[in-house]
Amino acid sequence: MTRLILYRLGYGVLTLFVVSLVVFGATQALPSDPAQAILGREAADPARLEALRQQLNLDQPLALQYWHWLAGAVVFDFGTSLAGGMPVAELLGPRIQASLTLMLITAVIAAPIAMAIGAFAALRRDRRFDHTSSMVTLVLAAVPEFAVGIVLILLLATGALQVLPAVYAGSSEDVLSSPDQLVLPVLTLGIAVSPPIIRMMRASMIEVLESEYVQQARLKGLPERTVIWRHAAPNAIGPVAQVIALQLGWLAGGVVAIEFLFNFPGIGKALMEAIEARNLPVIQAVTLLIAVVYVVVNLLADIVGLAANPKVRVSSR
Amino acid sequence: MSTATAAAAAPESAAPPRRPGLLRTAWRYHRTKIGVVLTAAVLLVAVIGPFVSPYSPTAMAGTPNATGIDGALFGTDNVGRDVFSRFLHGGYTLVAIAVLSALAGVAAGAVVGIVAGYLRNWADELLMRTNDMLLAFPQLVLALLLLSILGPRVWLIVVIIAVSHANRVARVVREATLKVVEQDFIKSAEAIGVPRWRIMATEILPNITSPLLVELGLRITYSVGTIATLSFLGMGLQPPTADWGLMINEGRVAITVQPWAVVLPVAAVAVLTIGANLITDGLSRASIGIDRGVEK
Amino acid sequence: MSGNPQQEAELALSVQGLTVIGRPSDVEIISDITLTVRRGEICGLVGESGSGKTTLGLSLLAHCKRATEVAAGSVEVAGTDLAGLSEAGVRRLRGRAIAYIPQSPASALNPALRLRTQLTEALHSWNEEEQGGKADRVREVLREVALPDDDAFLARYPHQLSGGQQQRVAIAMAFADRPDVIVMDEPTTGLDVTTQAHVLETIRHRTRQHGTAGVYISHDMAVVADLADDIAVMYRGEVVERGKAAEVLADPEHEYTRRLLRAVPLLKTTGHAEPEDDGGEPLLQISGLQAGYGSTTVLHGIDVQVRRGECVALLGESGSGKTTLSRSVAGLHTQFSGGLLLDGEQLATSSYRRTAEQRRRVQYIFQNPYEALNPRKRVRDLVLAPYTHLMGRPEDPDAVVHEALERAALPASYAARFPDQLSGGERQRINIARAIATRPDLLICDEITSALDVSVQAEIVKLLRALQDDGMALLFVTHNIALVSNIAQKVAVLNKGEIVEYGPVGEVMSAPEHDYTRSLIADTPDFELSFGESPMHQGTQAPEKAAGQ
Repeated sequence: MTRLILYRLGYGVLTLFVVSLVVFGATQALPSDPAQAILGREAADPARLEALRQQLNLDQPLALQYWHWLAGAVVFDFGTSLAGGMPVAELLGPRIQASLTLMLITAVIAAPIAMAIGAFAALRRDRRFDHTSSMVTLVLAAVPEFAVGIVLILLLATGALQVLPAVYAGSSEDVLSSPDQLVLPVLTLGIAVSPPIIRMMRASMIEVLESEYVQQARLKGLPERTVIWRHAAPNAIGPVAQVIALQLGWLAGGVVAIEFLFNFPGIGKALMEAIEARNLPVIQAVTLLIAVVYVVVNLLADIVGLAANPKVRVSSR
Repeated sequence: MSTATAAAAAPESAAPPRRPGLLRTAWRYHRTKIGVVLTAAVLLVAVIGPFVSPYSPTAMAGTPNATGIDGALFGTDNVGRDVFSRFLHGGYTLVAIAVLSALAGVAAGAVVGIVAGYLRNWADELLMRTNDMLLAFPQLVLALLLLSILGPRVWLIVVIIAVSHANRVARVVREATLKVVEQDFIKSAEAIGVPRWRIMATEILPNITSPLLVELGLRITYSVGTIATLSFLGMGLQPPTADWGLMINEGRVAITVQPWAVVLPVAAVAVLTIGANLITDGLSRASIGIDRGVEK
Repeated sequence: MSGNPQQEAELALSVQGLTVIGRPSDVEIISDITLTVRRGEICGLVGESGSGKTTLGLSLLAHCKRATEVAAGSVEVAGTDLAGLSEAGVRRLRGRAIAYIPQSPASALNPALRLRTQLTEALHSWNEEEQGGKADRVREVLREVALPDDDAFLARYPHQLSGGQQQRVAIAMAFADRPDVIVMDEPTTGLDVTTQAHVLETIRHRTRQHGTAGVYISHDMAVVADLADDIAVMYRGEVVERGKAAEVLADPEHEYTRRLLRAVPLLKTTGHAEPEDDGGEPLLQISGLQAGYGSTTVLHGIDVQVRRGECVALLGESGSGKTTLSRSVAGLHTQFSGGLLLDGEQLATSSYRRTAEQRRRVQYIFQNPYEALNPRKRVRDLVLAPYTHLMGRPEDPDAVVHEALERAALPASYAARFPDQLSGGERQRINIARAIATRPDLLICDEITSALDVSVQAEIVKLLRALQDDGMALLFVTHNIALVSNIAQKVAVLNKGEIVEYGPVGEVMSAPEHDYTRSLIADTPDFELSFGESPMHQGTQAPEKAAGQ
C-alpha cells in the first residue's frame, strides 16, 4: 500500500503544479495587458500604467514571471497588495485563521450529526424517520448555500425572531470572542455540507446490513449489537470517511459565498474584496491557497479510502 | 432441414409484460410529481413573466425601499424600481444559461466518458488524467478566477460552467460505460466486425440513458445554483439587468425594512432547485430499480 | 416412518408443514414442507432455480430474508421447536444446535475481520469450564478440516486465502460448536473438481464422526446421488418426492424427478456417433498456437483440428486457458501467434482484420445468456444484425429471422419480444439462432450451458446435436466432463495452457493416459442412470447399462 500512497502523493504534487499554472495563466498570461485589465478606467493615465507594469514585472518574459511568482509562493511570499502596499502574506494570515476556525467548527459539529442521521435512517429503513430525513436532505441539498443563508437570516435575524445578528461586525483577530455571530455562518455551512454525508452513511449502512457476511453473522447466532458494531460498522465507515474528507475540501471553496453574505472576515471575503479592487497578487494568492487545500484534502480522502479497505491495506498472499 | 428439430419446437409461453421505461417508472413516485409541479411553476414565472409584468424592469415606481405603494404589489427595490416586475423579468436569463450550460456539459462529458470507457487505451489515461487535473479546483473558485480578470461575460459563464460539468459527467459516464462494456453483447458485435464508432453509438449509448438522464437533472440543479451564486457575488449578470441572484444581493442591505425584494427571488431560486432535485431523485430511484438486474 | 419413539428420538431435524410467504404480496415461496433427518445422515435437497431451496435452508435456522416471513409450520431441532422461542432463544440455538455453511464463502466471511475473530465468535454458546478453552477448540476445528492451526494463519484476513481454504474455514466455523444439524447451501459452487471432491469428503467424514445430521442443498444431482442418504426433490416451492436415495434414484415416482434425472449427463459413454470421415482437409486447423496477456504466456504449443460436422470439446478448469483459446479462434483475443487455418487460409488475429466471409463462417456463442443480448433491441433486430452486417440486407428479413428461430426450436412470434421477456434457456436459444442465421460452418460454444439449470441444459444439448446432424462443426468449450461425453466426438484436455490429452471421447474417458485426466475423471461424481432410457442419451451407449434394472 505504501507504493500506492507514494504514487498518489507524486500525482498530487503534479496536480498542484498544474494548478499553479492555471492560476498564473488566468491572471497574467491570458489577458493581453494585465496592467490595463487591473486599472480599468484608470489605465488612461500612462504613468500609473507604467508603474504597475514595473511592480508586476510585466516587461519580463512570461516564463520568468511565472518562475518569480512560483518561487515566492512556495515560501509564502506572494508579493505586495496593490491596495495599501502590505505584504500579501501578512494581510492574509489572520484571514486564513478566521476561515479555518469557521471550517473546523462546522466540520466538528456537522460530521457527527450527519453520520448519526444517516445511520439511524438506515436502521429504520423505509419507516417514518427515513422518509422524512430523506426528503429534508433532498431539499437542503438542492438549494445553493447562499440562498440557505438568506432564508436563515430571514427566519432568525429579521421579522418575528430576531435572535441572531444578520451581519458580522468585528475584526478577524477575535473571531471566537462573540460566538453568537458565528451561529448563522456555521449553521449555513453545516447545512450545505451535510447532505452527501447523510446519504452516503445511509447507503453504506444499508449495503453492509444486506451483505452476506452480516447475514452469516446473524446465522451464527450473534447478538444484534455485536452484528452492528463489530461486523457492520467497520465496513460501512470507509466510504463515509472519504465523503467527509471530500466535503471538507468543498468547504474551502464554499466559504467564499458565505463569508460574502455574512461579512465574515475570512479568506473568502478577502477574495471578493480583491476582485472588486482588482488586486491581482491577492487574487492569485487566495485562489492558489484554496486550490491547494482542495487538492491536499482530496489526496487525504483517497488515502483514507485505501487504508479503510483491508484488501488494499494487507496485500493478498 | 432435419425432422428432429421441427418436432422439438419449445412450447410458446405468453410474453410477460415489459418493464416500463425510466420516465414512466419515475413518474410513479410522489416526489417526482411534486418536483414537476414546483419546477413547472417557477419555469412559468421565468418564461411568461416578462410578458405580464406591470412595469419594465428599469422603470421607476416610487421611492426606494418602500412598501404599500399603489401599483407596486411588493414595493420598490433599493433604487425605486418595482420589485414585482423585476422579479418577473429576473428568471429568464438564469434558466436559459443554466439549461444551456448543463446540456452542453452533459453532451461533451458523455462523448468523453464513452470514448474513454470503451477504448480504454492511452486515450483513456490521457482524458481521465486531464479531467482530474481540471477537477482540482472548486467549481466556484475557478469561475471567479477566470471571470475576475476576463470580465463577467455571459458566454464565458456558459463555457466555464459547461466545462466543469463536463468533467464530472465524464467520470460518471465512464463508470457506466465500463459496466456496459463488460457484457458480452458488446463482444458479440466486435466478433462480427461492427465498426467501433457504431458500437459506441448504437450498443453502448442506448444502455446508459438512465445514468445520463440522472446526471442531466443533477447538472441543471447545480447550474442554477452556481449561476445564481455568481450573480449574487456580482460576477454574473450585471446591473441594471433584472436577475434573481443580483436582486438578492442588491436587496439584502434593506432586508429588515423591505424583505420582498429578497424574499421573492430567493423563493424562486429555492423552489426551482428543489423541484429539479426532486425530479432527479425520482429518476435516480427509477434507474436503480431498472438496473437492479434480471430476475432469473 | 411414524410413531416409533426410539426412532423419533434419533431425529435431529423435523420439519412439519412449513410455509414461508412474501410480504406484502402474500405469495407462497415454499408451501407445506415436511422433512426429517436422522443423526449422522445427510439429506440431499435437490432443486433448480426458483424451487425455493435457499429459502427453505434459511428458514431451518428461523431466518427470513427481507420482505418474507414464516406463515405456518414448525421446525424442530433436537426436540426444540424454533418457532416457539424468543429472538434471544433462537440466537442461542444458532451455532449450538443448528449451523449454516453458505454458498459463497468469499462473501460470507467478513473482509474486515481476522479469521481468529470470526472463528472464535462461532463459539458464543461454548462453556469453557465443561468443554475446555475456546482457543483450543478453534485450533482443533481447523486441524479437522486440514488447515494450519498456527497463529500466523489465524491472523489472516479472508482475502488472503484461496477459494477452497475459505470454504474449509466456513466448514470449520459451522462445526465448531458441535451442532446437531448442519445446513449446507451449495457449498461447492465455484470450486474446481478436485477441491470439490476434498470438501465433500470432509463433510461426509465430519457428519459421520460427530453424529451430526446434514441438509445438503444443491442443484447438482450427481453430487447429491453420491453423498446423500435421503433425497428430497423440490419444485416450485414444494417437496414433490422424498425417500431413501437408492429408492428415489432407482424408481422415481414424480414426473419432475424423472425429468431431472434424465437430464443429468452421463459420465462414461462412448461419445456421440462419429460423422463420415471424408478424408479431406480439416475445416479448422490450429497448429503451434501460443497466446498470452501482456508479458504472461497463457497457452503454448496448441494443436487441434476440427473436421466438417465434427464436435471437438475443449475440456479444462478455470485458469486452463480454454476461453483464451476459443476467443483467439474467434478473433476477440488478439495477442496470439501460430497457425490458425480455416479451410487452408490463415485467419488474422483480430476479427476486424478478417474478411466478412471468414467472419460469417465462424460464429461465437457466449456463456452468459443474460449479458449476451442487447437489452434495448428486439429479438428480430438481434438475430438479423450479423446477417445484415456480413452479408448485406436480405430480400426477405422476416423469412431469415423465422428460419433461424425455427432451427433454434423457438416460435416465430418471439421475434417481436425484448430479451427481458424471455427465460434464460430461451435467451440462449436466441444466441444460437443469431449465430446460425448466417449459416456458418463452425460454431464456437463457450460454456454456453454453465449458467443454466440442468433440465434447460439438456434441451440446449439436444438442439446442438440436431445442428450437428445437419452438418455443423462445433468447438465446445466446457469444464463439465460429463457434458463432454454427451456431445463431442473428440476431446482435448487443457491444463495450465497445454493440451495434455487429445483423442476420441470414448477412449479418453475409459482409458485416460495422462495423470491430470485420470484425476479429473476420478474426482467427478459418477452418475449412473439406473432407470429407463433417456432421449438425452440416444446415440450414446453407456457401457454395461441396460434400460431398466
